[in-house]
Amino acid sequence: MKNSYSWVLTTALTLSLSASSVLADLHPVTNEVLADEQIFTYRVGDEYASIDPQLAEDVQGGEFIRDLFEGLMNQNSDGDLVPGVATHFDVNDDNTIYTFYLRDNAKWSDGEPVTAGDFEYSWKRLADPATASPYSWFAEEMGLENVEAVMAGDMDTSELGVTALDDHTLEVRLENSMGHFPLMTTSEPTFPSPQWTVEEFGSDWTKPENIVSNGAYVLTEHVPQERSVRSRNPMYWNDEATIIERVEALVISDESAALTRYLSGELDRTEVPSGQFNQLSTSHPNETVTFPRLCNYYYFVNLTESTHPALLDPRVREALYLAIDRDVITEAILQGGEFPAYSFTPEATANFLPPANPARDLTQAERNARAVALLDEAGYGGGAEIELDLLFNTSESHSKIAIIVSQMWKQTLGVTTVLQNMEWKTFLEARSNQEFDIGRAGWCGPYNMASSFLDLMSSDHPYNDAGYVNAEVDQLLTDAKVSEDPTANFTRIEEILATENPILPIYHYAGVYMMDDSLQNWPVNNVEQKWYSRELYFTAD
Amino acid sequence: MLAFILKRLFYAIPTILILIVFSFLLMHSAPGGPFSSDRPLPPEVLANIEAKYHLNDPLIKQIWTYVTGVVTQFDFGPSFQYKDRTVNEIIGQGFPVTLTYGTISFLVAVFFGCALGITAALNQNSWLDYLAVGISIGAQVLPNFVMAPILVLVFTLWLGWLPGGGWNGGQWQYLIMPVIALSTSFMASIARIMRSSLLEVMHSNYIRTARAKGLTKREILFNHALKPALLPVISYLGPTFVIMITGSVVVDLYFTTGGIGQAFVNSALNRDYSVMMGITILIGCLTILFNLIVDVLYAWIDPKIKL
Amino acid sequence: MTNVSMTNSTDTQGDVANTKGRSLWQDARRRFLQNRAAVVSLIVLMGVCLIALFGPLLAAWDNETVDWNVLGDIATLGAPSLSNGHYFGTDELGRDLYSRVVQGTQVSLMVGIVGSTIAVILGTLYGATAGYVGGKTDNIMMRIVDILMSIPYMFVLILLLVVFGRSMWLLFVGVGMISWLEMSRIVRGQTLTLKSKEYVDAALSIGVKHHVIVLRHIIPNLLGVIVIYATLLVPQMILTESFISFLGLGVQEPNTSWGALISEGASTLQYGTYWQLLFPLAFFVITLFCFFFIGDGLRDALDPKDR
Repeated sequence: MKNSYSWVLTTALTLSLSASSVLADLHPVTNEVLADEQIFTYRVGDEYASIDPQLAEDVQGGEFIRDLFEGLMNQNSDGDLVPGVATHFDVNDDNTIYTFYLRDNAKWSDGEPVTAGDFEYSWKRLADPATASPYSWFAEEMGLENVEAVMAGDMDTSELGVTALDDHTLEVRLENSMGHFPLMTTSEPTFPSPQWTVEEFGSDWTKPENIVSNGAYVLTEHVPQERSVRSRNPMYWNDEATIIERVEALVISDESAALTRYLSGELDRTEVPSGQFNQLSTSHPNETVTFPRLCNYYYFVNLTESTHPALLDPRVREALYLAIDRDVITEAILQGGEFPAYSFTPEATANFLPPANPARDLTQAERNARAVALLDEAGYGGGAEIELDLLFNTSESHSKIAIIVSQMWKQTLGVTTVLQNMEWKTFLEARSNQEFDIGRAGWCGPYNMASSFLDLMSSDHPYNDAGYVNAEVDQLLTDAKVSEDPTANFTRIEEILATENPILPIYHYAGVYMMDDSLQNWPVNNVEQKWYSRELYFTAD
Repeated sequence: MLAFILKRLFYAIPTILILIVFSFLLMHSAPGGPFSSDRPLPPEVLANIEAKYHLNDPLIKQIWTYVTGVVTQFDFGPSFQYKDRTVNEIIGQGFPVTLTYGTISFLVAVFFGCALGITAALNQNSWLDYLAVGISIGAQVLPNFVMAPILVLVFTLWLGWLPGGGWNGGQWQYLIMPVIALSTSFMASIARIMRSSLLEVMHSNYIRTARAKGLTKREILFNHALKPALLPVISYLGPTFVIMITGSVVVDLYFTTGGIGQAFVNSALNRDYSVMMGITILIGCLTILFNLIVDVLYAWIDPKIKL
Repeated sequence: MTNVSMTNSTDTQGDVANTKGRSLWQDARRRFLQNRAAVVSLIVLMGVCLIALFGPLLAAWDNETVDWNVLGDIATLGAPSLSNGHYFGTDELGRDLYSRVVQGTQVSLMVGIVGSTIAVILGTLYGATAGYVGGKTDNIMMRIVDILMSIPYMFVLILLLVVFGRSMWLLFVGVGMISWLEMSRIVRGQTLTLKSKEYVDAALSIGVKHHVIVLRHIIPNLLGVIVIYATLLVPQMILTESFISFLGLGVQEPNTSWGALISEGASTLQYGTYWQLLFPLAFFVITLFCFFFIGDGLRDALDPKDR
């Protein structure tokens, strides 16, 4: 008792001596002692292409937009919906009309109130052909009423299914029933843009000297290809709760260079280069962080006419599927806590029950034996007749995985692989022209549902370059869209995929970072990695 | 002289036009376009975008629009990749950076290269000569993408003296490593050229005469030998200056200085047509300009050469 | 080289030139052999070529097979070791570095030699033609060279690689294309002087055709310049290739080159796998050193000014 009293006394003394504002030094919720300097500096691999909410489609841009702007809803650190500009919403019985109620104290950084009209304007702007946004397909994904006709230019944007009933009420009408619609309002294309600024400055409105935003931060500096700075926005309705004063993003394209600069203390966060996690977690145990992501890495098999004829035999595809030793890839090559993938949908996905999969429970030796047997059965014993073109885009880790997989196929099955490493745009062209036998792909679910992955398997999906067509899968996907609980549909689709193997899942991503150990509250449980700088803080050492 | 310069500038016009047409055609024959992306755009969306950037016009019309835009308004168009920036802005931002560290590296390379070459030549076949030749060849064959990580490892991670990258408005701490990485191999080439040309001059008859007259080594070097010996160095320097500016890709990539070297490689990979064209034209003009400067300098140093 | 001048001697017209030519080459050989650095370099270079040709015979592993035992802990298990057959250690993927260096040596030497051969052939034919024909043709041809020289070639090369994808063939042609212009200028200059020599007049007077004169008389007499230039061109080609590999546009896996190996090695330098940089870099540096010394030796041996 006496001890603790004297501790309080000394602490109070020290605090009153050292700091002018005692309160600011403690975290309001956890009561941790905060560091004096609250500046978060992180590495981005590439310059953002845009921070216009309706135009940006890149990850870097998305991270900026979540700090600079605020949508109707936000995600908390577990990925659950929490209020953003909207405090709550209503929905009608068949999930086609949503009404969002906006808070009245939300302001733009120039002091203007944030209104339902701002959202109406922005959503129409997204779909408007005049905006020519590469991300306008998201409006289609949202299923707004009349969206296709508006996007094609056949109907005026005023016919789009979004209306501001008054300044604080926004009505959204959908073509079809959609239970997960509110989750979409945490995506950047649905965030508001300030009409008056957009119209005054045109495409220059996102420059630091012009930009007006409604999020917790404002863009204060941007040196292209070098750095950009966002600073705390005093007009933000919940500015009191913001702790990080400034966020600096440094463009460093080389992962190793970034790691060196992290280790010399210039950065608070950077990616761990593939294959270095074990070593770094030994030398810097408190700074290596790994957590599951909602992304998968897979190879897909060309099923169109241009493919190698052997691949049209499902037994050959299964043999290829089995002969990939995923544990080697995740543990020896990547080493960052990635998950060996036997299903297309990551297991971390909400409400997803992976089907029983016999391949998963075998040892690799058993899988290899089975693969060899299957290849024999298909009439390609020894694999000598099979030579496959494996297409992937230029990247150190894609190249590593392709090399390793090609060696696994060669050594287990005798199948030869010709590696086709192409730079990104050439790769896209070759992929859409089906100039490959096996191709690399990766996909991050735009929202936390199995459908955001399995939709790719529908025969008319734009990403379906493999030409996979299965009527049952199409039907199951269509039914899932209107079903109350589509879990069973998704499990069944995975079962079909496991027997037909149009794709060869390899691993499910993990976020693997070096992070300063005084940086707190990183949302590691948010599988979509929607992080907001206003929720982070640095504790004193 | 003036007539010569005007004539050369006149020749520059067709050169640049050929360059524009050639790059334009080459660029458009590259697979993929600025808007091809991982998730293919719905056709109607793609059509909207292409209309906005006039990509649906016939190629010949696109070239014409481009050339007239450049000539009449000095407008190189908007970037396809970076939505809120024009090519003029991108070059305006990146070029001063590249020019700054490029010029400093150039001066460093010329100064140390000449010093090394002269030292070697004046002490031919001594240990000093061998050392200088060894250093210069060593520096020439060590690629700067090896030197850059080593520099960062030593000066940033181990010694903690210098920031590992960035530009920060060109403060000196940020300049040191880029300048070392960029200037070393050019310094080596200059040293080698300087050495052999000075040796040649020193063995010539008029230097022998000068020596016979009893002039000191220093007088011979500065009054008689250096000027003619510099000629081959100068003809090397013209293209080198441009290469130092354009060849800065490694420096830009590794030290994130934000110069146009990186901007060019990015634009080529992203098919950012307008940026790629803008930088190609800029470099083409610089090349022509510096070739011209070299010729003029040449004539100035060696009156025997008529322009 | 001696062979060519021998062929020359079967020619009945140019007796004076031939006797002179033969002694010139013998003289040059004597001078070259006296240059210790050049001779040592030549021997080392032959050693490197032998390794490239016969190195695979000594390898315990081929260049693409993964050693599953070392994978996952390259930093300790992948170190150079005689016992597991990885004399140079392994790369990041557990592939034998010795085999990869040998294979990379083949590719890089090929790029260097084929690239400079293309440059030399193109440059020599073009320059000799322009210089020999003279007049308006010469003027136009050299104007074209001027124009081409203003095009930033590194950029065009990047564009070419982006357009046509990575292919070894294109790499050869691409690096060769960059360098023939300089060659053509030098050759033209030399041709202009050779053209006025008596034996050319003599040949003309007895009705020898022009193209025969160029091929039989002009070019053989240019060989000295060509050889020097070609030797110095090879290391430039190899350096260019390494830069392209650094950009990730080099040869297709599982093939590799010095540039690719060095760039991989440099990026993992800080993780303690120093051998991944050391071995390829050593080969690279030693070979380039050799080429430079041989080039210098040849110049000293063949350059008439020094005599």
